[in-house]
Amino acid sequence: MSSVSRRNFIRLVAGAGATSALALAGCKTPTEAGKAGGNVIVIGGGFGGATCARYLKKFDPSVNVTLIETNKVYHTCPGSNWVLGGMQGMDRIAHGFSKIEAEGVDVVHDWVTSIDPDARKVNLKGGGSMTYDRLVVSPGIDFRFDTIEGYDAQASGSVPHAWKAGPQTELLRRQLEAMPDGGTFVLASPPNPFRCPPGPYERVSLIAHYFKTEKPKSKIIILDSKPKFSKQGLFTAGWSTFYGFGTDDSMIDWIPAPDGTVTRVDVKKKIAYAGGDSGFEQEIEADVLNVIPAQKAGAIAHAAGLADDSGWCPVDQMSFESKIHKNIHVIGDSSIAAPLPKSGYAANSEAKVAAAAIVNLLQGKAPDEPTYVNTCYSLITPDYGISVAMVYDSVDGKVSKVKGSGGLTPKDGDNSLAAIYTRNWYDNVTNDIWGTGSI
Amino acid sequence: MKMKRSTFYLAALACVTGFAAEGVMAAGEPSGRAIAVTCAGCHGPDGHSVGPVPSLAGLPAAHIEQQLKDFKSGARPGTIMDRIAKGYDDANFAAVAKYYSKIK
Repeated sequence: MSSVSRRNFIRLVAGAGATSALALAGCKTPTEAGKAGGNVIVIGGGFGGATCARYLKKFDPSVNVTLIETNKVYHTCPGSNWVLGGMQGMDRIAHGFSKIEAEGVDVVHDWVTSIDPDARKVNLKGGGSMTYDRLVVSPGIDFRFDTIEGYDAQASGSVPHAWKAGPQTELLRRQLEAMPDGGTFVLASPPNPFRCPPGPYERVSLIAHYFKTEKPKSKIIILDSKPKFSKQGLFTAGWSTFYGFGTDDSMIDWIPAPDGTVTRVDVKKKIAYAGGDSGFEQEIEADVLNVIPAQKAGAIAHAAGLADDSGWCPVDQMSFESKIHKNIHVIGDSSIAAPLPKSGYAANSEAKVAAAAIVNLLQGKAPDEPTYVNTCYSLITPDYGISVAMVYDSVDGKVSKVKGSGGLTPKDGDNSLAAIYTRNWYDNVTNDIWGTGSI
Repeated sequence: MKMKRSTFYLAALACVTGFAAEGVMAAGEPSGRAIAVTCAGCHGPDGHSVGPVPSLAGLPAAHIEQQLKDFKSGARPGTIMDRIAKGYDDANFAAVAKYYSKIK
C-alpha cells in the first residue's frame, strides 16, 4: 500500500472511530467501538520511535502503525564519535526504513507541526492531518539556546554542537581535519540532564586518539558545566594510560564547574568564556570549538504542551503515557524516566515497554509488568572499551534500579573485548531497530 | 527481581474505562517476553546476533538458565553479563530461557 492511500485510509477509518468514541466517552476505548487493532501513530524514527513502531507490529500485527520521521536516512548519535575520531565514515551510522516498512509499518517522511489531543489528531507540515487512537512521541532532544550568550541555531552552522548526528557530525569532522597540528579543540559539555551522559567524554577520547595519531602536538580542553561526569573514573584512568592525563604533558585538560561553565561564546573568533558565574571569567580560544548546549525535550513535545517546567515530559512510568495528555505516550530522551538515563539503549528498552502497554491498553487491558536494561559502551581508543550497565524494574509504579545489579567495568575488566562488544552492540541494536546493517 | 507492584494503575484504568479488575493482568513478575526484548540490544532481534556476542535463539532452556545462574554467581566470568544477571531471580531466568528456547 502506498503511503498516500494508507494515510487516507487511516484518516477515514480513525475519523469514524473518533465519532463513535465521543458517544461512548468514559465507557469504552475507541478501539472497542468497532475496529480491530486500532491506529497508532509514532512520531520520530530514532532509537525510541523506530523501535516502538516495529515492536507494536510485532506484538500485535492487527494494529495499524504509522511512523512519521522527517529524514529518509537516519544517522545515529551512537557511533558518531567514531566518525569524529576518523575511525568510520558516515555510511557506518546511516539507517533507512525499508525493513520497517516491509514489516507493515506505514512510514511517512514528514514533520508534525502540532498535535490536537482532544481530536486525537496530528497536523503535518506537508499538509493534511492524521488521527490516532494512541500516539507515541519520540522526538529526542532540542537545545536550550537561551543558556549560552552568543550561541543559537544559526551559530551551530559554524560552531557545531554535533549532538544530533548528520550534517553537524560532518561539519565538526571537517573542522577537525582542517585543524593544523598544534591546534586546540575545545568542547563545552552540557549540564544535566542531557542525551548520552558519557558521550562528550567518549568524543574527547576518540578525538584525542585521532590527534595522537595524526596531529600529536594538539590539545583538547573540556569546559564542563558539571563538577563530575559519567564513568569519570574509567575515563580518566584511560586518559592517563593513553593521553598523559594528569601530567604536564596531558593532551586533555578537564575544567569542571563552576570554572568550566561556559556562559557565552564569540562564534566568529571561536572564543568560549567560562566561569563567569563564579566571578572569575576565563577566555578560552579554540581552533575548533564544539558547544553542546543545555537540552530539553524535542520541539513537538513543547508545541503539544507535553513538557513541564523542567523542559521534559512527565509520564506514567508503567506505560509512558503522558501525565498531561491522555492517549499520548512519550518515550526516549524527551520523557522523564529517571533513573533510566537518556541513552539509545534505554530508549530502545522504553519503546518495548510502551509498545506492549499500548497493545494492552487498546485491548482494554492494564500494562504488563515493566522491566528494562541499559547498557552504555564507550571507546577510549578504537581497541579499548568501557561500559556501564543497569537492570531496572518497577516499584510502586515508578522505574527503579534493581539493587545489586549493574555497575561499571571493573578495574581488571577486559577492555579489548569490551571494544569488540561496543561495535557488536551497535550492529545488534541497530538491527533490532531498523533491520540489518547500515545502508 | 523484587516486585512491590502496586495496583494503583490498574485501579485508575478500571475507573477510567469501566473495566473490572479481575483477569486483566497477572501482577508481579515480568513475562519472559518482557525480559527477552531487553536482551535484544546486545544479542540482536529475537536473539539473533550478527557478531561475536552469542545468539540466544533456539538454545536449550536449561542451558540458558545455567549460564545466567553462573554469570550471577560468578562461576562464569563476563564482560558485562555478570553485572546484568544480578538483576534477576531464578523465576526470571526460567521465564526468559523458556522464551528464547522457543524461537527458531
